[in-house]
Amino acid sequence: MHSDLVISQTDRRPMYLQIMEQIRRRVAVGDWRPGQEIPSIRTLAAAVQVSVITVKRAYLELEREGVIVTRQGKGSVVAEAADLRTQLRRDEIDEHLSAAVGLALQLGLTARDLEERLRELVEEQGQRNENER
Amino acid sequence: MNEPLLELDGVDKTYRFFKLSAVALRLEAGQIMGFVGPNGAGKSTTIRIAMGMIRQDRGTVRVLGQPIPAMQAVAKRDIGFVSEDMRLHAGLTLDWHMTFVSSIYPGWDASYAAQLLERFNLHPEQAIKALSHGERVKATLLLVLARRPRLLLLDEPTTGLDPVARHEVLAELMDVVRDDRRAILFSSHNTQDVEQISDYITFIDRGCIIDSSDKETFLDGWRRLHLDVPPGATLPELRGVVETRTSGRLAVVTTRAYSPEIDAVYERAGARVADVQRMSLEEIFVANVMHNRRERVA
Repeated sequence: MHSDLVISQTDRRPMYLQIMEQIRRRVAVGDWRPGQEIPSIRTLAAAVQVSVITVKRAYLELEREGVIVTRQGKGSVVAEAADLRTQLRRDEIDEHLSAAVGLALQLGLTARDLEERLRELVEEQGQRNENER
Repeated sequence: MNEPLLELDGVDKTYRFFKLSAVALRLEAGQIMGFVGPNGAGKSTTIRIAMGMIRQDRGTVRVLGQPIPAMQAVAKRDIGFVSEDMRLHAGLTLDWHMTFVSSIYPGWDASYAAQLLERFNLHPEQAIKALSHGERVKATLLLVLARRPRLLLLDEPTTGLDPVARHEVLAELMDVVRDDRRAILFSSHNTQDVEQISDYITFIDRGCIIDSSDKETFLDGWRRLHLDVPPGATLPELRGVVETRTSGRLAVVTTRAYSPEIDAVYERAGARVADVQRMSLEEIFVANVMHNRRERVA
């Protein structure tokens, strides 16, 4: 079940960030549930063929973010925090929105332009889903 | 701190046209170290000194707690050494080699050997001379891995392998350090392999260790900054900058000690930071070697 993390050589982000994101996503969609034990650092390293130090770093940062909890000598589990899934989803969407905001400001768009465009896009998407049904 | 499985300190070895100077290495249990250098940098010589195959002129070498070369026979029981020029008997089968090695080493794990045959897709009844280069490398590795030695010293284990064979070999190496009492030193000029599986990285060039650190520190510290420097602005001299190239208004700065504050320092000096790029281990390696060679000339 654990070797399904995939590290990309062409992704410009460092490997530890890729691992963090894939674990966050598993937690966000509920594949890895609160309290569930997650693979040990060495097991995951061997499974994805990435150095132990890189996986260790990903786990440390995930712990700092409150996504996982590491118990001394007992391995790591997904944190019990109830709103974690909502939080992680919000974080993920925020990341994309922030990128869009940054680009919009660079291109000289105002907050209102952006709001309007976002609403249009949401409507278009809804329309498309409607048509596909 | 753990007792290191491998420790070299102040090791010198002089040949007529080549000199290894003050080589220091330290590898602890549970770690994989990538030993990276151009051809002729001294990687093989260093590994052979650790194996007791070449005697150092000066300096101390301890492997698995044993002084080398004095106690090499004891240390070697638990070392797995693989190098390019290792000769298997061309006319004999892989099976013959497996039987031979298992008769010498009591730690031989026959069921693991059988697993490796399967994973490497090797046929024991095949004669060594009938194997392709990749199969021969995998056969050599199998003979070493199935002994389950605590320390693996691998000289260019992935050189000349096709992508699939490389993948198979790297997977087995990662499998070794599931056991945190074991360690691997492997030399390579393939920085992609090193970047993927090493915890620690040591760069060697022209007989000297030029840099050694954990991999995350390398990848975090090194950056290439693209700057727009208007006329009149001068770039400040910053610690950690190894190279500054300018053409017209544009400057490319390579640093080994990046932090976001550096952007602000350049901006205050009147420059605009257009882009900050991470560097691959290969780029870091080349920049490091070139910087070191310039420093040595200066």
